[in-house]
Amino acid sequence: MPEMRIIRTYVDRANSESIRSYIASGGYTALPTALKMDPLRIIDEVKKSGLRGRGGAGFPTGIKWSFIQRDSKKPIYLCCNADESEPGSFKDREIIERDPHQMLEGIIIACYAINSHKCYIYIRGEMPKGARVLETSIYEAYEKGFLGENILGSGFNIDVVLFKGAGAYICGEETGLLESIEGKNGEPRPKPPFPAQIGLFGCPTIVNNVETLACVPHIINRGAEWFSSIGTPKNTGTKIYGLSGSINRPGLYELPLGIPLRELIHEYGEGVPKGRHVKAISPGGSSAPVLTAEEIDIPMDFDSLAKAGSMLGTAGVTVIDDSTCMVRVAENLAHFYRDESCGQCVQCREGTWWLEKMLAKIEEGRGRMEYIDTLLDACFQMKGTTICALADGCAMPIESIVKKFRHEFEEHIRLGKCPFGDRHMGTWDESN
Amino acid sequence: MPLSDKLKEKINKTVSKSETKQSALIPVFHEVQSEHGWLSQESMEEVAELLGIPPASVQNVATFYTMFFTKPVGKHVLWLCRTLSCALRGAEQVEHYLSEKLQIHTGETTPDGKITLLEAECLASCGTAPVMLIDDELHENLTKKRIDELIEKLRRE
Repeated sequence: MPEMRIIRTYVDRANSESIRSYIASGGYTALPTALKMDPLRIIDEVKKSGLRGRGGAGFPTGIKWSFIQRDSKKPIYLCCNADESEPGSFKDREIIERDPHQMLEGIIIACYAINSHKCYIYIRGEMPKGARVLETSIYEAYEKGFLGENILGSGFNIDVVLFKGAGAYICGEETGLLESIEGKNGEPRPKPPFPAQIGLFGCPTIVNNVETLACVPHIINRGAEWFSSIGTPKNTGTKIYGLSGSINRPGLYELPLGIPLRELIHEYGEGVPKGRHVKAISPGGSSAPVLTAEEIDIPMDFDSLAKAGSMLGTAGVTVIDDSTCMVRVAENLAHFYRDESCGQCVQCREGTWWLEKMLAKIEEGRGRMEYIDTLLDACFQMKGTTICALADGCAMPIESIVKKFRHEFEEHIRLGKCPFGDRHMGTWDESN
Repeated sequence: MPLSDKLKEKINKTVSKSETKQSALIPVFHEVQSEHGWLSQESMEEVAELLGIPPASVQNVATFYTMFFTKPVGKHVLWLCRTLSCALRGAEQVEHYLSEKLQIHTGETTPDGKITLLEAECLASCGTAPVMLIDDELHENLTKKRIDELIEKLRRE
């Protein structure tokens, strides 16, 4: 079955990143339409479309925009979160590198809707190619009069600034991102106040994900009704799913929200290689609690995954096969979060560190039975007790792994070694 | 190495375009690092003076971000992704192979000062794992042959 491509329609085309290609394929036609609309009607249209944020939280975009006091005496900012760093997620990079004008057009329309005249695009430092492409795209958009003063004769002014990060997962958290643009450590701020009230430089700010903004021109062009007819009633539109890990056809697949996970893995991804079987699935980026092979019959949307105790997050699906040790998986994740914790909150700074230590000990065969409950206790104490969700993002998947694969932890401890052997994790197809 | 007049001019331009002096800091670090290869104590102190920010807070920010080097690195930096999707596709074996080939451990620089091997967290390219970033270029679907070619190219330079 083919994908349902809306955002990915032109990504395979040569030079799809150029403004010429974008315009030739009908790009920048939503903008003049939007500029003739009452900004409040645009917000309304986005509300009606049911668009939910694609950065992980799934918050309704139109409602977020309506939190802005449009007649604020202070400047209003839009920040495009292009800090894609969630392990398992690689969808925004493709939009940035292959069809950036779609996102830029979305940015301009969003700014007009919330009465913002300045947008910062925060791109992570590890995406030098994306930064190069965006520098060109922004230049092209200024040349064509889509950015700058009095765009398309509308009287509306807008500037877009590209801001390059320098290696910090935490800057993908919206207030960490704001701190970073302000030239500080990316340490998240306590909420409230939310950025819509006090955001960048103390001014009202909206932070939207790349894929979210890329949906906007399509909603303006084809209408809220069309958008909301795709997917399920509360999870509308298409979603770019990422498939990685132990899978025959890894990559990105744009499909309606609510596609069954089984179909995604076995039909689109063509299953697990080398006659192995699915053991666990991280369904929405590494911060999502894992699912077991028995939980594969689940619709891939925000609400269904939340109901199953996991989350859609960024819809980056990582497949883990039955040759993989789950203690190693947990240790790999704990290492990531320990490395990326900003260190502000004790529960996170210490918790991620202790989780990694204990998991390493169990993996090395030096664990004790009581460690298992200590792991669960540590996860419990990390959840909901910190400024941002990084600690939860570490505790949730690890807790799910310990609970769902407890027998593997017990076996390590009983045997005094890893039952999967001490060879390297995963399989390198070294001559592929 | 002190900041050249040309670089100082560039920095002043960046500061003038920024909302606040502090918010120029990260763009300025990028400018200094792309010229010097790293952020020395001396250059950080100069940046502090140019921006009117206490040197301690300049250093605080520089050390928070992993891509800013506050110690010298090789001419080329290899960032090998170690996170889950790459690990499931053999990143540990890739690391072992690179480490043997370069005769250094992760975190070290070859004695000729050419190559530094570092561990990266998820490079947002999970669908083409294993991957590494060499300076400003991402290399995907790494195989032994591809790694041999890439390292050979760096060595020949």
